[in-house]
Amino acid sequence: MSVLAQQLVLGLLIGGLYGLAAAGLSLVFGVMKVLDVAHGELIMLGGYGAFWVVALLGIDPFAALGVVIPLALLGGGLLYSGLFSFVVRADEETRVKNSLLIGFGLALALHALAVQLWTADERSIVTPYGGAVIMVGDLAIPLVRLLSLLLAFLLLGGLHLLLARWRWGKAIRATAEDWQAALLTGIDVRRAYLLAFAIGTALAGAAGTLVSVGYSVSPSIGLEWTLKALIVVVLAGLGSMIGTFVGGLVLGVAEAASAAVFGGPYREVVGLVIFVVVLVVRPRGLFGK
Amino acid sequence: MTAARRERAWAIGILAGLGGLAFLPLVARRDDVLNFVFLILLSITLAQSWNIVAGYAGQVNLGHAAFFGLGALLARSLWIGGTPIVLAMLAGAALATSFALVIGAPAFRLRGAYFAIGTLALGEILRTTVGNVLPEISTLPTATIAGYRLAHRYYVALALAAVSVVTVAALAGSRAGLGMQAIREDEPAAEASGVGALRLKLTALALSTGLAGLAGGLFGYYHISYYPSHAFSPTWTFDALLMTFIGGVGTLHGPVLGAILYIVLKEYLAVRWVDFHLLIFGALFIAIVLLLPGGLVQAAARGRRLFARREV
Repeated sequence: MSVLAQQLVLGLLIGGLYGLAAAGLSLVFGVMKVLDVAHGELIMLGGYGAFWVVALLGIDPFAALGVVIPLALLGGGLLYSGLFSFVVRADEETRVKNSLLIGFGLALALHALAVQLWTADERSIVTPYGGAVIMVGDLAIPLVRLLSLLLAFLLLGGLHLLLARWRWGKAIRATAEDWQAALLTGIDVRRAYLLAFAIGTALAGAAGTLVSVGYSVSPSIGLEWTLKALIVVVLAGLGSMIGTFVGGLVLGVAEAASAAVFGGPYREVVGLVIFVVVLVVRPRGLFGK
Repeated sequence: MTAARRERAWAIGILAGLGGLAFLPLVARRDDVLNFVFLILLSITLAQSWNIVAGYAGQVNLGHAAFFGLGALLARSLWIGGTPIVLAMLAGAALATSFALVIGAPAFRLRGAYFAIGTLALGEILRTTVGNVLPEISTLPTATIAGYRLAHRYYVALALAAVSVVTVAALAGSRAGLGMQAIREDEPAAEASGVGALRLKLTALALSTGLAGLAGGLFGYYHISYYPSHAFSPTWTFDALLMTFIGGVGTLHGPVLGAILYIVLKEYLAVRWVDFHLLIFGALFIAIVLLLPGGLVQAAARGRRLFARREV
């Protein structure tokens, strides 16, 4: 019993990261109708960014978020201006399809680039308190992963407030709702796109940082994280950051439960099966609100 | 020259080229030359198989590797068990096509990009499951290794590449092929003018996955030892996608040119850098999707028009 409980707790902890990973993809898709399948590679780059910030500046990995997030905002802005701003010119259906193809090209190129720069080895950030564990009854809760979960929640809560209160947050939501109407009311839709993409990339950077602290990064983790993010988006729908966070927790727990029932290697399968079933049952209403 | 006649000229040219390659094992006795051409021939088959469903019918199947893998898995097991390789490969293709027809109807409820990510997930489910059920490396029995002849693999690859080119050439001009292209351009409009979209999309998927299954069978026949899950790796899908798009998606000769360019550059770069070709091809692919949706074939056509104008 306690083994199962322990696995479920670990599932819950990684679930927070699934939510954070999905939030960026969800925001970008919801606002721009751009399906960026290179999102996992952006997470991977965020992980390496954090690794280098920690190695070069010698700061705490959680403090590294303060460097990685602004860098990722900037990188996202550049990526939008250089690449995705050309995609959003097309009509919606072409946009989704072309962004998917371009995302693939980008994912392959970034993966190859990361292999050249950092070799294919796995890396993770080591902290003095990395092995610390909090005991709750029989359950062991790794401190680093608990902090990651809390940070993921705080970041998504902060983003929720930003989208609800900030002037440009409202503009982003209006653009997601109906970009033509938003344009008519005088919103600079292009800038809303730019902001949404930059924020989405920053979320990927944050997720990557937390992944490299609590888990590990390698150039090939991209596809896996893209799929996790897609599964969560399908589970949670678009439009609510808190909903996305909860969707991530659900996926984490579902994986842990299936690993306990069918054996560890199958933990990857359950999410994908949920994904395919939801897709086929709700082919149109998918990604709906 | 009309488009149809030009396609026919390309088909004849490519088949003549493949015919010429039949003499290669007699001339080149070095194994690395044969291995290199083998890879190109396998890639042509794989790219053409993907081209049928994605290029002609417009359905971007990102789970293509699953069908390649199924073909490899069944063909190799049957062949090691004593079945003649041609029968084993046909059985592998039949398995791939049957699986495609089972998942086809629900999968085609998804449109456009949703079909793409749905099939991507499906491919990953199969890859993970096969990796879990068959984690052991598969090696040929010692007696078979002793009798291994590269030339046999080479000729099977040559025949398959020819089959894939003939299939696409026959399809492109046929009623079914035209219907598929109508679906690619505008599915509701095609349906409105009497094209049975689901039936034709299933036909395209069946042909495409059958060829992919055959290519997989060839892969299983070629390798002395390999991990069964390797044939299910999404790399096979991505390779097919890159080769087809860079050459020219939805054309007969585009995937052939794309496959040659891809393998030549990949092998050349692999001498010095691991996976470096993906950096180049990833970037090239992005540029093509944005600027030149018709790939090299379209670039050549534009170049020709440019010259024609200058001459006037």
